Amino acid sequence: MSEKGIGNIDDGTDKRSPANASGTSSGITRRNFLSLSALAACAGLGISTKAHARPEFKGWPDSYGMLVDFNLCVGCRSCEKACNEENKLPAPKKPFDDDKVFEELRQPSEEAYTIVNRYNNTKNPSAPLYRKIQCNHCLEPACATACPIRAYTKTPEGAVIYNEDLCFGCRYCVVACPFNIPGYSYQSALEPKIMKCTFCYPRINKKQLPACAEACPSGALTFGKRADLIKLARKRIMDNKEKYIDYIYGENEVGGTSWLYLSGVPFEQLGFAANLPKKPLIELTEGYLSMVPVIFTTFPAIFAALYAATRYREKQAKKEIDDKQPKEDSHE
Amino acid sequence: MNKDLNYTVQSQIPPVGFKAKLLDKLFLGMNMSEYARSLVTPFNLIAAAIIAASIPIFFMRYTQGLAAVVHGTNEYPWSLLLSWGIFAGEPLFAAGFIVATAYYLLGMKPYRVLVRLAVLGGMLGYIFAASYLIIDLGRPWRIYYPMLINFGPSSVLFVVAWHVGLYCTVQLLEFSPSILEWIGSKRIHRWATSVTVALIIGGVILSTVHQSALGSMYLLTPGKLHPLWYSSHLPLLFFSSAVYAAMAFAILLGFVAVRYFREQCDEEFLTNIPSLILGLGKAAALSMYVYFALKLLAIAQDNRWEFLMTPFGYWYLVELLGFVAAPMLLFTIGVKLEKLNLITFASIYAIAGIVLNRVNVNLIAYNWYLPDHFKHITPPWTEIIMIMAMVTLHILVMRWILNRFPVMRELPEYKGTH
Repeated sequence: MSEKGIGNIDDGTDKRSPANASGTSSGITRRNFLSLSALAACAGLGISTKAHARPEFKGWPDSYGMLVDFNLCVGCRSCEKACNEENKLPAPKKPFDDDKVFEELRQPSEEAYTIVNRYNNTKNPSAPLYRKIQCNHCLEPACATACPIRAYTKTPEGAVIYNEDLCFGCRYCVVACPFNIPGYSYQSALEPKIMKCTFCYPRINKKQLPACAEACPSGALTFGKRADLIKLARKRIMDNKEKYIDYIYGENEVGGTSWLYLSGVPFEQLGFAANLPKKPLIELTEGYLSMVPVIFTTFPAIFAALYAATRYREKQAKKEIDDKQPKEDSHE
Repeated sequence: MNKDLNYTVQSQIPPVGFKAKLLDKLFLGMNMSEYARSLVTPFNLIAAAIIAASIPIFFMRYTQGLAAVVHGTNEYPWSLLLSWGIFAGEPLFAAGFIVATAYYLLGMKPYRVLVRLAVLGGMLGYIFAASYLIIDLGRPWRIYYPMLINFGPSSVLFVVAWHVGLYCTVQLLEFSPSILEWIGSKRIHRWATSVTVALIIGGVILSTVHQSALGSMYLLTPGKLHPLWYSSHLPLLFFSSAVYAAMAFAILLGFVAVRYFREQCDEEFLTNIPSLILGLGKAAALSMYVYFALKLLAIAQDNRWEFLMTPFGYWYLVELLGFVAAPMLLFTIGVKLEKLNLITFASIYAIAGIVLNRVNVNLIAYNWYLPDHFKHITPPWTEIIMIMAMVTLHILVMRWILNRFPVMRELPEYKGTH
């Protein structure tokens, strides 16, 4: 098992990617600089590495990620099918080989943790573009920040997982998620829960690839250490400057996401949010949250002083009245 | 509104025995059939119809899930029910803490007569806000989880949950003298009034934190909330608007008490209310000027002026000019001319503005760029019925309490104890 490795970095992309077939991608160094990661993958999981204290926290070291290359995605929806089977989700209304689903833009939901949408290609209208959407597994997830019961965990492996047993169904995570990802089973009266991509956390723990990556026939999905994937993405951009725009979506968005994306067209054209801050969203609330204890320490003193001032004035006023009265009146 | 409760039939002979005393208090001195007959009024019939209509809908919510009755989707997880019930309601229910602060901490003596009514309005409001939450939570029986099971201190909602919970308790304690007087327990009453000042300061802290926390919840949504409404000042904007909302609500409470519950008010209450409405109107006008300035400051700080000339910008101006500036000016004119009716009208107007602001943040300006946005945020009729039923129930409970408890009057045997 360890030979096969956890990454499909070296065996997945080369043989099937159209980019390679057309000879535009140089595969020579990819194996070299990523083979280490595939070996280290199995060993690395058990080692606990202390993360830096916030705000320097830049994600768990050695965590996994996925590089999605939209230049390679052919829109076959094999990932959707594999995800559906792996997570035992309900059968889709339209079969996975029905192209009609592309007529509308979909979002992941409680019934489909990942979906593929089709977009017009402005560069080459005859070759539409496809985009896979699922949870991006943020390095500092807003859903986890939002949850008042800490039902979410960002695991050292990179997956953002959710514990149904703690959730009371407030859906603030859904409000907070910058990518509109978490699905909620509104139809369930007694056991509604959040349902979203788990990065196939159980499979990762068994040193298997996430189901979507294993199913992808085109090499559009590359699983590996996030740090290595960023290097790989840079290399692809460098080697094919005319094919890729010079941007890795997910490298810095909301503090970085475990899933990273490469595209040949600006990401806005594929429906990516372009207005997201580069810093983790938790930094937007921490200023406020740090004020709460300050209020608790200072307000009692401030308002006690106000109360004391009021009482003092009252007493002074009473004394003045008493002083003006004849002596026998003030003594009862 | 309480014409249904006819006081002329009050029995002359004082009741003997615990059960008789209790029934006497519950039925307002009438016997059961008299009381039942007094309940048949047009207002009550409409109220009963609304509540009856809502019962199957509430049943559906707990048998078929939220999807059957409210508009909840993965893009718009919170619907009008929550926006109205919690985000729009809670600023009003700060009335208790505002009036109590004026009287107990700042020494504004005349406000004493209004303290109980405002605290009751606040307390009941919070209880109802919690009820909306119980309807909306996926698994409401786990409502105590953030307090006992697992803590998420990085979450603003965790702060909200704790503060609302504690503040409900504080308000119940603040109101407890009224309940104890109704029951007639003098010893506990003395103890309850002796801790008042500590409670009031606690209430100020809890209220300040959680009103601002409601705004802070949206600090996490820079990519989703429209740039005109999103601001790093959201906590301050929510808090400062809650201040004037609370004053407007206190004015409304005073007005309703005098207008519809005159028999329940003592002389002192009736003579003081006009000047208190004037004073609150003045304070509300001032707080609105502060809020208005803060709103402009938020736009200026993030340099969002360009957005004003877009459709959402026009809507923003409707809110800012039509529902903040306009009631603000009406308050000002009302105070200058000492026109109580105008101040009362301005209060209702300002409250409408608060509701609009919160609905804007929760729904209208949230995920505003998604396709079919307005179709998505339009609530289904079942949700409207649920909201109407909750509002009706709120009014009925408030009326039930006002007709029984010593809220706008001081019982002679307790005079001078608060």
